Amino acid sequence: MQLREIAYARSGDKGFSANIGVIAKSHEDYLWIREHLTAERVEAHFKLLSPKKTLRYELPNLDALNFVLIGVLGEGGSRSLRIDAQGKALGQALLEMEL
Amino acid sequence: MKKPLKIGNAQGFWGDRPGAAAKLLQQQPNLDYITLDYLAEVSLSIMAAQREKDPKLGYARDFIDVIKSLPDSPCKIITNAGGLNPFGLAEALRAAGCTKKIGVVSGDDVLAIINADPDAYSNLDTGESINGKELATANAYLGAKPIVEALKKGAEIVITGRVADPSLTVAPCIYHYGWSFEDYEFIAGATVAGHLIECGTQVTGGILTDWLSVPNPAEIGFPFVEMFSDGTFIITKPESSGGVVNKQTVTEQLLYEIGDPDKYLSPDATVSFLSLQLKEEGKNRIHVSGAKGKAPPDTLKVSATYKEGWKAEGMLALCGPDTALKAERCGQIVFSRVAEAGFKLERFHVECLGPMLRMAAADHRMPALEAFTKEIAPLVTSGPQGTTGYFSGRPPIRPVFGYWPCLIEKDLVSPEIVCS
Repeated sequence: MQLREIAYARSGDKGFSANIGVIAKSHEDYLWIREHLTAERVEAHFKLLSPKKTLRYELPNLDALNFVLIGVLGEGGSRSLRIDAQGKALGQALLEMEL
Repeated sequence: MKKPLKIGNAQGFWGDRPGAAAKLLQQQPNLDYITLDYLAEVSLSIMAAQREKDPKLGYARDFIDVIKSLPDSPCKIITNAGGLNPFGLAEALRAAGCTKKIGVVSGDDVLAIINADPDAYSNLDTGESINGKELATANAYLGAKPIVEALKKGAEIVITGRVADPSLTVAPCIYHYGWSFEDYEFIAGATVAGHLIECGTQVTGGILTDWLSVPNPAEIGFPFVEMFSDGTFIITKPESSGGVVNKQTVTEQLLYEIGDPDKYLSPDATVSFLSLQLKEEGKNRIHVSGAKGKAPPDTLKVSATYKEGWKAEGMLALCGPDTALKAERCGQIVFSRVAEAGFKLERFHVECLGPMLRMAAADHRMPALEAFTKEIAPLVTSGPQGTTGYFSGRPPIRPVFGYWPCLIEKDLVSPEIVCS
């Protein structure tokens, strides 16, 4: 089962970092991701993009988590040579995580 | 009780649908304000290049066409289309026949201040010092205050340079309801509203995880908020438009480009999202409450850029098996051929996206990029069988602008407001 069965996501850029919001589809799903979707697990999922550090925040009022992957965009913005210089695909990539 | 203030957004970025503002005003004629956002990170660098060629330029020219397209209406317009030359845009608008009162907000350009003391402005991301880099632009994110002043002076169109995106929405709320700049709870609500509508259709079904479920996507509506005097609001879209506004679209957009949700920083307030409550109040209407606000930081964020050579990219479709291996080999071929022409490319990146081979190169030497762009087409006859998708001629070579985020003390920045 992939993360997309139990959550929605949205990602965006912040300089050379990116954030990924993960929103559980139900409160029960939020309790599960709160316990199991750790910063380490998310960072490992993106190891090929070499994030320097991963910050994790909880938004219990919205059944959501927010991850900030520091440095995951490499150079970021105009300097980046990647097709996804602004991290718009990271949300979709995270939802492919096998649970 | 005052009727709620209606503020819409008709542009999420420079490149969004040009007809959106006219359509929004036609579908929702009772809007009080429309905001339009033109400035992403690199926009000011593009405008700097324009201004280098012609000092009268440096703003988003297409804003003039947007104003020309609008029906006669008391709806006021607030935009950052002024870019590096907000006065230039105001003049051009006048010359195009606009008779509305135009307020210009300037003072965001802090290039001279930073150049006078570069060591004081280290990179927010990396901590590095500027160390001799030549900055092309440096602009502080101003807040709502100067926009409020412009509105108080009677402006019907407010043109700014770099301003924090939510401030385009916060300013009319402060002006209309007479909030003080220290009413942080109310300003927090307006900041959340601004954050939700600043990206246009991203809150009405655009980039939704479940995008295939969005109804009538061709006619996707642009959003507007009905703001109450206490900073709570309803977010919605015109009834006759396509798309959808629900808890899912709103929650996804709330989480877009945020760091610590307890400390969303803006020049107007420090906002916490952790008490936000969303309630459905009818079809495509979500009521948002619970934003908490404190004083903003003493510093303003600055986005500065510096020229860093050139880049180009090319794509080919490699139809058939073993695409990753073929892509890797094609990358090696191109790199070595450019090196043979005398240029070991400073930066070179090869991606294989399904059957698509994408190669990108960056270098300080223009001839190196020219050599690179000439090596893509030859793969059509010397590369793998099934190589296709090469239609548009040699790829363009574009300037690279390095991004330099830093902070500046608020008291060093002096916004100016001129209304005429």
